[in-house]
Amino acid sequence: MADPSAPSVIEIGPFHPLLEEPVGFSLTVEGERVVAIEARMDYIHKGLERLAQERTYDMVPILLERICGICSVTHSVCFCHAVEDLLGVAIPPRAAYVRTILGEIERLHSHLLWVGLAGHFIGYNTVFMWAWKYREPVCDLFEMLTGHRQNSAMPLVGGVRRDLPVEHFPAARRILDELEGQVERLTAAVLDDPVLAARLGGVGVLTAAQALDYGVVGPTARASGLDTDVRRDEPYGAYGEVEWKVVTRPGGDVLSKAVVRLLEIPESIRILRQCMDRMPPGPIDLGLLHVPPGEGIGRYEAPRGEDVHYVRSDGTNMPARLKVRAPSFVNIPSFRASCLGAPLADVMITLAACDPCYSCTERAVALLAPGGGPAAGVPGLLEASRRRTLEVARELGRRPAPGPGPDRWEG
Amino acid sequence: MAETAAPFLPRALRGSPWVFHVGTSGCNNCDIEIADCLTPRFDVERFGVRLVGSPRHADVLLVSGPVSLACRRPLQETWLDMPSPRAALLVGACACSMGGYRDAYGVAGPADRVLREVEPGARIAYVPGCPPKPETIIAGLVRLLEAP
Ligand code: SF4
Repeated sequence: MADPSAPSVIEIGPFHPLLEEPVGFSLTVEGERVVAIEARMDYIHKGLERLAQERTYDMVPILLERICGICSVTHSVCFCHAVEDLLGVAIPPRAAYVRTILGEIERLHSHLLWVGLAGHFIGYNTVFMWAWKYREPVCDLFEMLTGHRQNSAMPLVGGVRRDLPVEHFPAARRILDELEGQVERLTAAVLDDPVLAARLGGVGVLTAAQALDYGVVGPTARASGLDTDVRRDEPYGAYGEVEWKVVTRPGGDVLSKAVVRLLEIPESIRILRQCMDRMPPGPIDLGLLHVPPGEGIGRYEAPRGEDVHYVRSDGTNMPARLKVRAPSFVNIPSFRASCLGAPLADVMITLAACDPCYSCTERAVALLAPGGGPAAGVPGLLEASRRRTLEVARELGRRPAPGPGPDRWEG
Repeated sequence: MAETAAPFLPRALRGSPWVFHVGTSGCNNCDIEIADCLTPRFDVERFGVRLVGSPRHADVLLVSGPVSLACRRPLQETWLDMPSPRAALLVGACACSMGGYRDAYGVAGPADRVLREVEPGARIAYVPGCPPKPETIIAGLVRLLEAP
């Protein structure tokens, strides 16, 4: 008989009834305690960044909406920010308001979706059904304003493609009024529920120091007490002109993350109302026709945290390079701090607490040599990457800043 | 008079098809719309459609998203794990035809091609849309169940 105290390995995935996306985990457990986690995240890699280099600037935002179904506005607007940064232009105020409205509706439906899934993960399906029921009107709202439940195809470099139908604003306001009451009830029910407080409180704690170490962003960071939000720190869209506040909580546990998200919903509703009240008149598009050579960086506060896009142009009508750094990319590794040593039953909800989005994250593949094992290894890949940076710098006529020596990375 | 062919699935299965959902590297949206079908507004469980936790219990496989290179084998294995008679419902433009990812280097093909590699006569229905609305998914499932 096998030694019962020896660690055993539990394989989860890639297709798992709890997870919507294919992802593989192998958990090493000693009794009930999880001592090591390996994640295999390459099932969704399709080569989207490369694909974007074969699409014109007009087509890329539409393609990038398909990076992630939940953050469709996020990625397309973030790309537009990057190209606008390259061009050094500011979009017309009306377009900024339209983007803000789309982004906040997206945040509403993403947060409600997460609350529901979190309930589902701990086997509390009432919360799941409840939150998703309230999410439906948000999708209706999006459909009413853009013609589609999630993918609007509205963002465009230099503005937005279509204007919002102002005649629907009264109906939109009614949906928001109703939603506000519903979310208030949901929040109160979740916060007052002794079962939820006992189940989620103190679980999967990520301290502020650890959060800083891992560089987590968005609600994951705000629930650990870090006061960060791109919308306030580097305002884009209409965020500089409307009143709202950043929600933070000091706890760092799963309950705090749920609370932060739930409390962000009324803030989003507030932003939406103000934007609809104050929509300035004017054009919605700059009518840009040419992108000169150069590079730009776009930042955007996605529902999950800060999204960063990097765009390099060589003067043609397609980007020469697009790099996507999705918020989940920095949030997911924090499970090493919050999951290890936890009981097996807490791992799934702790992983889910940072709202990981694998389709946003899986932007890279490892090359395997024919016999297995990495083809290049970390030093080789770093060396190749360094060479490439030098090449790019030469193309752009710049001298790159000296990077950290190899010893810092190996080991 | 032309005889109407009997539906493919036996009557007992048509009444309450159990489905297993596989998201093969799509963008999530299709998966969310599938989950939406299960939540209060659409609630297909009223009709006996149940999302089950293992392909071995399922009659219908819901596939969403293009099939990436890494997902190809797992998808085929999942399909072969299902008892016959079995059918697949491809949800979304990606699963039907690879949609916007057609030219990407990391995709192995649309789901029907991948499934037919292991079962040439596999029974497959298509629900186009990016993502299809929950109503469309339900309509597609009904068509699949009633088709001969
Ligand atoms: S069909 Fe559209 S919504 Fe569905 S997975 Fe593909 S890109 Fe996403």
